[in-house]
Amino acid sequence: MNLQTISALVLRYLFLYTRTPMRMVELVFWPVVDLVVWGNVTVFIQKNTNPEFGNFVLFFLGGMILWDIMFRAQQGVAISFLEDVWTRNLLNVFVAPVRTTEYVSATFIVGFLRIVVTAIVLSLISWFGYTFNVFTLSWWLIPFFANLMLFGWSLGMISTALILRWGQAAESLAWAIPFFFQPAVAVFYRVEDMPAWSQPIAWCFPPTYIFEGMRDVMKSGSMNWSYLWTSAGLNLLYLALAGWLFLWILNLTRKRGLLTKFATQ
Amino acid sequence: MSAPPDTREVILEARELTREFDGVKALDRFSFQLHRGEVLGLLGANGAGKTTAMNCLLGLTLPTGGDLFAFGLELQRHRIQILQRSNFSSAYTALPGNLLVGQNLLVFAKIYGVKDPKAKIAELMELLEISHLSKRVTGQLSAGESTRVNLVKAFLNDPELLMLDEPTASLDPDIADKVRKVVRKVQRERNIGILYTSHNMRDIEEVCDRVIFLHKGRIVCEGTPAQILARSSSSSLEDVFIKIARDGEIVDEA
Repeated sequence: MNLQTISALVLRYLFLYTRTPMRMVELVFWPVVDLVVWGNVTVFIQKNTNPEFGNFVLFFLGGMILWDIMFRAQQGVAISFLEDVWTRNLLNVFVAPVRTTEYVSATFIVGFLRIVVTAIVLSLISWFGYTFNVFTLSWWLIPFFANLMLFGWSLGMISTALILRWGQAAESLAWAIPFFFQPAVAVFYRVEDMPAWSQPIAWCFPPTYIFEGMRDVMKSGSMNWSYLWTSAGLNLLYLALAGWLFLWILNLTRKRGLLTKFATQ
Repeated sequence: MSAPPDTREVILEARELTREFDGVKALDRFSFQLHRGEVLGLLGANGAGKTTAMNCLLGLTLPTGGDLFAFGLELQRHRIQILQRSNFSSAYTALPGNLLVGQNLLVFAKIYGVKDPKAKIAELMELLEISHLSKRVTGQLSAGESTRVNLVKAFLNDPELLMLDEPTASLDPDIADKVRKVVRKVQRERNIGILYTSHNMRDIEEVCDRVIFLHKGRIVCEGTPAQILARSSSSSLEDVFIKIARDGEIVDEA
């Protein structure tokens, strides 16, 4: 892998964000809307229940913020690819000396940068608006963010692969795919509260362990370490599978001659 | 008397290149060689196989048969090394319209590992007489300006092999003439091998040293523009083009 190539591709996406401020608005606007809705619901519940439960429901805000971290990482990968499609630049990139791994790495970095922006904005608003300090999660935040980012990257690669296969008609998948998983990964409720048949499914996904862990940390200040290791192990598996799917579909589009139609449409 | 063999280095070669789509052969055992410093025109009506050939040569579409080599290296196995020494420009692709011209060129200069990107970009923009466009938004350029910006991108890495896909499409005669002249100038100065597709026979006559006519994925005619004209009773390459497009061959070939 050539670091200069990766930095050039990242530079291209950063230029895009500086040239089109509306993209920065998008990066901040929806997370803030989510935060305000969930923040107000939390305040409503706090005022109408006993103080102990009122304190407990802060996990809604924690869940919402961590979910957004994962979503932004996925978007960093999928939307970066779509930016090249929308601007008819994909062909230029594919006929330049850019390895697939370099291209994907650049989108990962963009995903990471999106996370940083979103995390800072949400942390500040939740602290000042709802007295929810995300840093009460302490050092746990780092493995939480890292694991959710890894799963976001995997979903980003899967979204991109499906768009590559089915063209721009499938571009809504870039936004929809994370939400296929949202009910299953126990963002706002415990796994034990899910229907019995769905609980084994929930434990198949890395974010489930993170959201369960977050609730444990908020409740007791610590969590089961095995959750973190299981999440990390599953993430490696999903990254490998998503990477394989992406490469397989990229090769398939080359074999079928779909790439050029897609790149110039 | 046949022309003496070209002894210059072969920088691009297709051997029996075949590409089928759902049983239909878009390219049928297509073989050719491009030499260093040569401009080879690839001609044919719509659907003749030019774009498929170009896409196979760029590695965007995998052939169903045959072999491709550039600089003596097998294309699929050494794609990155080959692309580092090549470049491409097409009327049908664009640089991101929402970035400034200078930003787009800087990104590609870095991708191609250009040593002093800003100086290189300035040099090429001056050569193509578009230095004033550096701070302009790419999407707001005219077709002529956009073509020249794409050519700057195509010359950034001092390519030894350049593929130009209809570079003068949608340009007015004045701009098309300037583009042809600058392509020829840079090509001669730097001894670049160019594969050139166009539907504009003026382009072909002025720019190409040799041409290949394709029909239904097969070569039906090959030679210098003068040789092809001499072989047919047509008065212009445009007439030859029309005959081949309609009949699949130069029917009155001597």
